[in-house]
Amino acid sequence: MHPYTATVREFLARHIRGHQLQDSDDIFALGFVNSLFAMQLVTFVEAQFAVTVDNEDLDIDNFRSIDRIIAFVTRKAAGPAPEPGP
Amino acid sequence: MSADAAELRGYIERHVEPHAGRWDREQHIPAAALRGFADTGWLGAIAPTAAGGRGLGAREFGRVNALLGAACSSLRSLLTVHSMVIHAVTRFGSPAQRERWLPRLASGAILAGFALSEPEVGSDAAAIQTAAVADGDGYSLTGGKRWITFGEVADLLLVFARTDAGPTAFLVETSLPGVRRLPIRDMLGVRASMLAAVHLEDCRVPADARLGKPGLGVTFVAQSALDWGRLSVAFGAVGIARRCLAVSGAYAEQRRQFGQRLCDHQLIRRMLTDMLVETRAAGLLCERAADLKDRGDPRSLAEVSAAKYYATRAASRAATDAVQILGANGCSPDYPVERLLRDARIMEIIEGSNEMHQLSLAEHALHPDPTEP
Repeated sequence: MHPYTATVREFLARHIRGHQLQDSDDIFALGFVNSLFAMQLVTFVEAQFAVTVDNEDLDIDNFRSIDRIIAFVTRKAAGPAPEPGP
Repeated sequence: MSADAAELRGYIERHVEPHAGRWDREQHIPAAALRGFADTGWLGAIAPTAAGGRGLGAREFGRVNALLGAACSSLRSLLTVHSMVIHAVTRFGSPAQRERWLPRLASGAILAGFALSEPEVGSDAAAIQTAAVADGDGYSLTGGKRWITFGEVADLLLVFARTDAGPTAFLVETSLPGVRRLPIRDMLGVRASMLAAVHLEDCRVPADARLGKPGLGVTFVAQSALDWGRLSVAFGAVGIARRCLAVSGAYAEQRRQFGQRLCDHQLIRRMLTDMLVETRAAGLLCERAADLKDRGDPRSLAEVSAAKYYATRAASRAATDAVQILGANGCSPDYPVERLLRDARIMEIIEGSNEMHQLSLAEHALHPDPTEP
């Protein structure tokens, strides 16, 4: 299990009840996310993992599942992708 | 009190408080008064210092709203919506949008409004019907917005319209062809906030008028801006409650009935005590919410909601009791409490009706956050 999984799952579980969330479950498609919670989720990611969610990162795809959130945080923590070579 | 806060307090005492009752009766704040307030720089309270703003955090911004709200909720409502747009541009704007708009918003050279509500859409923001259709290298906007604070005079509106991708935010200059504004008068309270209905008819905006990604206008842009709006309203309501306490307390000490001062009657003392404690509690809730917001704590959104809910109810109760203590005088325009009561009632409806906040907060009551102390 990724070291961030438990933290993300615990945060989501506080807001999503009555459903055993799988790592790949799409919380938006399942209807668990209202517009207030979406912003709360972004704030959580920024505060918990000390990353900045830039304007271009504000994409539902980055936040729709535990897997996607962890992939996004990991990518951000690693810094910008290198420029493609010649 | 910081030097800046003292300066603001002095400005309000000289230029706002003496005129607020007249502005309310005339349902209008003169352009010179709006310009005078813009010139103080407080309209740019939360704008980045690099753009000429004051760069305040949530706590300091809230305190400004409490000071202003105690004197004039209408002018405070301008600070609310203007700040919501400043936040949206700062958080979601492209570098070009930030460079173009923030310096003018920070200085108050232009006034901004927040155009989300529609005749058929209030709390259910995602149901907006105003349409934005891709048109060449831009969009054509058509639809109607209603209850737009300072919509009568705003130079720039943050408009939410539906694209193929869903609700999307746009920065719309009110000077554009296709924008028509109709003042709304005779509201219950906050009567000098120069409300307008805004009609958009094939209003063409360039592609760079879009703020944030298509489809994320309500989810991110509106909700994030509304969080600042709620904080502003919550602190503004604390200002109303404090003013009610000050006015009714002074009145109760001076007024004599049945051979004794009003404040020596036990039922009056009870009202003053409730007002005092609820005002303090509202202030503390607001400070806590703002502190969490300043620290980027995800609990801040719910705490801002709780502060808005409690503070606006406290302001309404305080104003109701203040009118009661002042009796017939409280119902007359010779004292500010009748205006404060009308304004407080509006606070319970705007920036998410209190029923919407109750529904959302009930979830936290049923399922407490284990990280909450």
